[in-house]
Amino acid sequence: MSHTRSPAEANPGLAVRELNFHYGAKTALDSVSFDVEPGTFCALLGPNGAGKSTLVSLLTRLLVAPDGEISVAGYDLRRTPRKALAKLGVVFQQPALDMGLTVRQNMTYFAALHGLPRSAVPTRIDAALDRLNMRERAGERVRDLNGGHRRRMELARALMHDPTVLLLDEPTVGLDAAARQSITDHVHDLAAQGLCILWATHLTDEVRDDDQLLVLHRGQILARGQTGDLRGDHTLSNWFLSQTEVPA
Amino acid sequence: MSGFWGVARAIIGREFLRFVHQRERFLAALVRPMVWLVIFAAGFRAALGLSIIPPYQNYITYETYIVPGLCAMVLLFNGMQSSLSLVYDREMGSMRLLLTSSFPRWWLLFCRLLGSTAISILQVYTFLALAALFGIVLPLPGYVAVLPGLFLGGLMLGALGLVLSSFVKQLENFAGVMNFVIFPMFFLSSALYPLWKMAESSPLLRDICAFNPFTHVVELIRFLLYLQINWGALIWVLGSTVVLCTIAVWGYDPARGLMKRKS
Repeated sequence: MSHTRSPAEANPGLAVRELNFHYGAKTALDSVSFDVEPGTFCALLGPNGAGKSTLVSLLTRLLVAPDGEISVAGYDLRRTPRKALAKLGVVFQQPALDMGLTVRQNMTYFAALHGLPRSAVPTRIDAALDRLNMRERAGERVRDLNGGHRRRMELARALMHDPTVLLLDEPTVGLDAAARQSITDHVHDLAAQGLCILWATHLTDEVRDDDQLLVLHRGQILARGQTGDLRGDHTLSNWFLSQTEVPA
Repeated sequence: MSGFWGVARAIIGREFLRFVHQRERFLAALVRPMVWLVIFAAGFRAALGLSIIPPYQNYITYETYIVPGLCAMVLLFNGMQSSLSLVYDREMGSMRLLLTSSFPRWWLLFCRLLGSTAISILQVYTFLALAALFGIVLPLPGYVAVLPGLFLGGLMLGALGLVLSSFVKQLENFAGVMNFVIFPMFFLSSALYPLWKMAESSPLLRDICAFNPFTHVVELIRFLLYLQINWGALIWVLGSTVVLCTIAVWGYDPARGLMKRKS
């Protein structure tokens, strides 16, 4: 049985429409709508507690909102969750790794969870690790890797099943400056190669002027547009603070 | 379809790898029933006279009587251990990886259940081998016949663990919950004493024991070890497994259960 495609499903990247979510009486997200086209790096900027993690949980179907619509690569997450999730790569804020297993074992497990053919898995793992200069680490236990390498491994893993949309929730938390720079640059390159990126962060120095920007505050989208246009003559940090600061 | 089996293989394989890395867990799983068998049973056998009840056809020693109950105890502890590791996974974040797989959530949970059950069965057979070394040898075909009972009992107790993990919010609270589940379930059952003995002391306690699904896991195992089927126990265990699996799937439903409260 076919259904009429909604406007959100017409977007081959990521589309969110009228998303609301409450924890009991507390509103976490209030009528959130936005689009991210393929080939776009979209930064979702918001202070702690703005609702970023709730939004990420809804986009990954760890939570389901009572109303609103989410479409990933043209697939509605509510009606066709399997197809939508198959097109989604995720790097969570909290590392999701088996510390006692090797990099290759972790990636093999992930490949099976996404239904990759068994015969193709070794090649896919090598290619994914090569992309992030991690191949020589394949046999090491994750416990023995430093924070930067763990994050790179998670990024390599999130790309193994060739997703159309890549979602990263504060992926540089806890990393040193060099590792942060390296991951931020790499993900910008992925956007340039055509991937649709949503990068949730509260760190303004990770956002470039030509990135799309969504400012989330107290569960609502406060501003959207190209970063350079939005910040004008201010630094992004000052502009962001002026948008989100609470009057004394 | 091959993708479904691939997921099952990966999840079960991961459970085994983690189990192999936790030698202490394996050791504890063996020491616990052996302490009961060797020490507790030695002290208790004089106090408890056993009559001949099915499936036994002769007088048996107390050690022989409690072996099925100890097999079920291994399944119970492993079900709880698996549940604990689910709560740990949730706190450590790796649960998210599992739940954002593109496969149906009920299948992912069922595979996880299969993995923990397979490990439970391995532990039970190791325990039975050790018991045989201590002279408690059961009918040889019984070791094979008991396998479906161990599988079903393992699934039921693993499903109970899944249900608990979906309702317990934090790792710190889990020890308390385990005590509230493990000890009443174990002692209010036929694992250590037959129900007719319990009835002599308290008919009410005997009724509670008869209602306890763990009693039926014990009896299912006991009868299968002697190449008999206890149909009543089988139906109880099957029914409890279905009910617990349904509650677990409900508990892990993204629109209702665990993640909503957790987040």
